[in-house]
Amino acid sequence: MAYTSQEILEGLAEIVAEETGLPTDAVVSEKSFTDDLDIDSLSMMTIVTHAEDKFGVRIPDDEVKNLTTVGDAVSYIEGAQAA
Amino acid sequence: MTAAPASRDVVVTGLGATTPLGGDAPSTWAAALAGESGARTLDNDWAEKYEIPVTFAATIKVTPDQVLSRPETKRMDPSTQYAMVAAREAWQDAGAPEVDGERLGAVVSSGIGGIWTTLDGWDTLKERGARRMLPMTVPMLMPNSPAAYVSLEFGAKAGAHALVSACASGAEAIGYGVDMIRAGRADVVVCGGTEATIHPMPIAAFAASRTLSLRNDDPQGASRPYDIDRDGFVIGEGAAIVVLESAEHAAARGARVYAKIAGVGLSADAYHITSPDPEGTGQVSAMRRSLEDAGVTSRDVVHVNAHATSTKVGDLTETASIRTLMGGEADHVRLSATKSMTGHLLGGAGALETIFTIKAVHDRLAPPTINVENPDPELQVPLVRSTPEKLPDGDIVALNNSFGFGGHNVALTVTSA
Repeated sequence: MAYTSQEILEGLAEIVAEETGLPTDAVVSEKSFTDDLDIDSLSMMTIVTHAEDKFGVRIPDDEVKNLTTVGDAVSYIEGAQAA
Repeated sequence: MTAAPASRDVVVTGLGATTPLGGDAPSTWAAALAGESGARTLDNDWAEKYEIPVTFAATIKVTPDQVLSRPETKRMDPSTQYAMVAAREAWQDAGAPEVDGERLGAVVSSGIGGIWTTLDGWDTLKERGARRMLPMTVPMLMPNSPAAYVSLEFGAKAGAHALVSACASGAEAIGYGVDMIRAGRADVVVCGGTEATIHPMPIAAFAASRTLSLRNDDPQGASRPYDIDRDGFVIGEGAAIVVLESAEHAAARGARVYAKIAGVGLSADAYHITSPDPEGTGQVSAMRRSLEDAGVTSRDVVHVNAHATSTKVGDLTETASIRTLMGGEADHVRLSATKSMTGHLLGGAGALETIFTIKAVHDRLAPPTINVENPDPELQVPLVRSTPEKLPDGDIVALNNSFGFGGHNVALTVTSA
């Protein structure tokens, strides 16, 4: 019952929208969490906590710094659920 | 070295509140004048589930999710949310003053702090482990969070403070705001108090201390300060914030002035952790210091907003203290116990009652004390009962008393502008 990358993007967009107040359609693959979406480190960790919960994956703290864009996060989650 | 001006009068230019009586200061004041009660039966199963003997409270009338954005409600404990609602209203009411951030202060207190966040966090840890703990938990639960968010909101860089003195906290915050302006550290201060503790744990804890009313079959009649059948306080929630300004600063921008905060009186009982000193020594000292600070005498006082929470001992100690301080002059005072309507907002109470005192002085109307069917024969000061009473024209002086567990006493002197 793995989520598709599209489902992960949509789910992640909902989490980001809830945390930041941005519309879900602003949360697209090429956007950078910090530079484009203005998400600080505490908000990023909040998003990670909710994403782990929603997709049933583990995103170690060491990996979070590599998740520059929304697309990076989608790919990581997709890979993590397959593992 | 430049000395601060010898005297810096402090005036009130903005009011904001979200309370059991209304979602803003005008509707709260209108409901108070109309003698409405904000107490209601709780719509949950706490009493049954945890065997809590109290099934009602004075819950907030307009929930913050109707006013704040979704991300704000997720990032702020309810105590901070209430403070933000009230602070934004007060700021707009003051005409959103233009002031250098270095000359703007924020002083917002809570008696208990972010207890919803604290307890939710503990539940999360127990039930789901540390990985599920939200990263915003600490900034949400810290008791300085309301002051910090208000400082962030308006860019207040002269200082952000959160004085804690239980149920006197909100009044002490306003007193501290007055001090900041008088000391020359700020020209404008956004200050007040907030509380959000309608959660089963604090209700059970207050019930365990035997201080809550158990009048479950009549929530609206439960808060009855000075009535012979009073049996404890009604827990309430909400926030009240005022904008204080040096008289000079307010005059320079042509601001509307409600009243002056002319005196601040503080004392500690050093008697018992919860019971007031039966001699009222600390309460008398606080009131005396406040009037002296304002340069007035007890003869000038026409109205007192009592701390009066509807407990057997506390209510009478306070009126005995007023009588000790004022002697025969107390016969000319109109005493109001507005917790009869709002319930007890704990850390928000002193600020809300300061707003009531400011409005009473401004509108020349002392608000009612509801539910007093049989006044306690030991009540020693004339009480405003079911309908508001007119206060005199001309220059008038009023006091707001706020006392807290721990023996904290705060008396603020409010004078007509």
